[in-house]
Amino acid sequence: MPARSTERLARKNQVTTLPVQDTSAAEAAPRRISRKATGADKVFVSAIRVVGSVVLVITGGVGVFLGWQALPTLRHYGWSFFTESAWQPEADVLGIAAVLSGTLMVALVAMSIAFPLALVTALYISEYAPARFRSVLVSLVDLMAAVPSIIWGLWGSILIMEHAAGLAMWLDRNLGFIPIFEVKDADPNAAVPMLSRYSFSMFVAGIAVAMMVLPMACAVMRQVFSQTPQGEKEAALALGATRWGMVRSVVIPFGRGGIIGGAMLGLGRALGETIAVLLILSPSFEVKPRVLEIGGNTVSALIAGRFGDASSSQLSALLAAGFVLFLITLVVNTIAATIVNRSRSGAGTDA
Amino acid sequence: MTLAPETDAPQIEGSVGQTFLPRYDDDAAPAVPRSSLGRLTADEKFVRIGSVGSGLALAWVITQRLLPLEGLPWFVVVGFCCTLLVTWVTAVMTDGAVQARDRLAATVLTSGAALVGIVLVSAVVFVTVKGWAALAHLNFFTQDMSGVGPKDDFDKGGVLHAIVGSLIQVGIAVAITLPLGIGTAIFMTEVPGRFAKVVRTVVEAMTALPSIVAGLFIYTVFIVALGYPRSGLAAGLAISVMMLPIIARASDVVLRVVPGGLREASLALGASRWRTVWHVVLPTARPGLATACILGIARGIGETSPVLLTSGNAQFLVVNPTDGVMNSLPLFVYSLVRTGEPNAIARAFAGATVLLAVVMVLFVTARLIARPPRNKTPRGKGSRRTRRPAVDLVMADPLVEMGPVHPPARTEENP
Repeated sequence: MPARSTERLARKNQVTTLPVQDTSAAEAAPRRISRKATGADKVFVSAIRVVGSVVLVITGGVGVFLGWQALPTLRHYGWSFFTESAWQPEADVLGIAAVLSGTLMVALVAMSIAFPLALVTALYISEYAPARFRSVLVSLVDLMAAVPSIIWGLWGSILIMEHAAGLAMWLDRNLGFIPIFEVKDADPNAAVPMLSRYSFSMFVAGIAVAMMVLPMACAVMRQVFSQTPQGEKEAALALGATRWGMVRSVVIPFGRGGIIGGAMLGLGRALGETIAVLLILSPSFEVKPRVLEIGGNTVSALIAGRFGDASSSQLSALLAAGFVLFLITLVVNTIAATIVNRSRSGAGTDA
Repeated sequence: MTLAPETDAPQIEGSVGQTFLPRYDDDAAPAVPRSSLGRLTADEKFVRIGSVGSGLALAWVITQRLLPLEGLPWFVVVGFCCTLLVTWVTAVMTDGAVQARDRLAATVLTSGAALVGIVLVSAVVFVTVKGWAALAHLNFFTQDMSGVGPKDDFDKGGVLHAIVGSLIQVGIAVAITLPLGIGTAIFMTEVPGRFAKVVRTVVEAMTALPSIVAGLFIYTVFIVALGYPRSGLAAGLAISVMMLPIIARASDVVLRVVPGGLREASLALGASRWRTVWHVVLPTARPGLATACILGIARGIGETSPVLLTSGNAQFLVVNPTDGVMNSLPLFVYSLVRTGEPNAIARAFAGATVLLAVVMVLFVTARLIARPPRNKTPRGKGSRRTRRPAVDLVMADPLVEMGPVHPPARTEENP
């Protein structure tokens, strides 16, 4: 072993030796580069791929199943499924015009309440709140998002209902000439007003749904606001802007995508809300813009109310209604995600 | 010492670049130290508080003495308007319109945020107060509702069966969704490719599935088509269908913010891919994953609509999830409210309080887990390095479990 002995010698004397080139050895072939998993990795990759496929099958299966189940109904009723407002399966007359418009009205009421409040709260938390309380406030908003919907339903139907009915009557009395504030078959100026005509309305349901939607929209908005480049904010202040001037000229333009996207995400949630609506709204099947009036219905409340005594064809109709609701929610959410992401893609340009 | 203005300095032609020593006026009064920049002076503070006070006082006069507007809501509304008015007037008196607008905006934002806070507190307090009558009886936690009518007194009947049912159903859902959801998230982040993109798209799309439709799906397939009875298992499956996309998405978001450098370092040191996932990626993302899962669970336990369709409504304690109808907390609340009896409604509120407490405990746990460890003073020998989190993950972000939001760009949070 001459090589090893010289090596030992070299180590002892603290000198380095040149490696001995074995000229007789064959030319070393370049190693083949491959990203293919080998050994345990192969097992890992294929196992995890199986998990992914299973989830794809489950989640995708739900969507496909809904669409497939909806087909017979859509074929049977054709376009009248979207234009018919009655839901009378016994008479073979059913359609989702009323419930769909009701869903949209409740969601619109909810958004018109939740949007300004969410925006104001998000701005307050990100720009005005004392730094010490900021994380507490963020937690509170998140906690609000975690409050179960049935609790907002109780809150709306028992605590808020009577005040909301009073407000609705006041609106009818003073702004009743506007179609959405009109209430039929009730006289707001009567000596003993019929408050029941103003209760159990889409307006009250919208208030409860708004409280569910608000924290979510607020969280998205706040997060986008908090990514406003600090330098631009300081520049605005250094140029003499007041705090509001800074917010208006820097924070809000920067967070516009987040504001719109957050609101639309909230809308997506508002469309699918069931239990609060079920607790508050007194079901009726007519297309009407009069949100203050008693009665109305939404797709999800329809499903919850009618599934029990449904025959198989009715069940298919309910599934079709659910499928339409799912598609609408999907479109709204996708638009929202696109808007939020686009607003964020520019976030990294300035630090 | 005050700086005297340098007015009589000799102006010499052609000596532009010359400086002169300042002359100090020793007799001038000492300068008032400038107050902190952001802080309000006592004067300004008085104006702000005074504006609110006078606004409310004005509102009292208007609502109670001048106009027929009774009740607290009107007082609040009129008080808000009067406060705005007084704020505007006081601001314009001392400063310009720009400052006045600033003050007005601050008032609007603060009162809006306060309103939201009041709403949250009112909901929590309202539910607790309404349910207190039933909660105060200890048997509420130890009995079920078998043989108890809606009119019966509070010393009979309780919520035990609903608590147990909720735990079992959510347990089933967790046992299904946690491995599948986190596994899918690992698949989407660690084995990227066209297939992973398809999975991600579908999972994101399914987060839009309304919970009632998830319930209807299980009802149609499991109960109507396959003919199984309504049971805790069906309810657990319905909750799973609802939770699976949520947990998969949230975990995906959390895993994607694990810095690629950590992965590369592990692979460069010779670790295999699965060891990298097991020993580097998952431990790094653990707090975020825990948060995502706990918030998903909180969502699942509070959701009424899937359970409403699938579990049936048992009045007695059921422990076996495959053994027919079962109850759960949200369903307990819903069905009792629907009876319309005062005692039943009080029981429903008590159930709602229990549900709220469960959700809050889950929420606080999530927060505690997610909080990055503080810079603890090193225990023992001083030579031990303080344990710092390897990465400051974007954690504790419950909105990730609610909708399609991509991981935020990792920019600095505002101080």
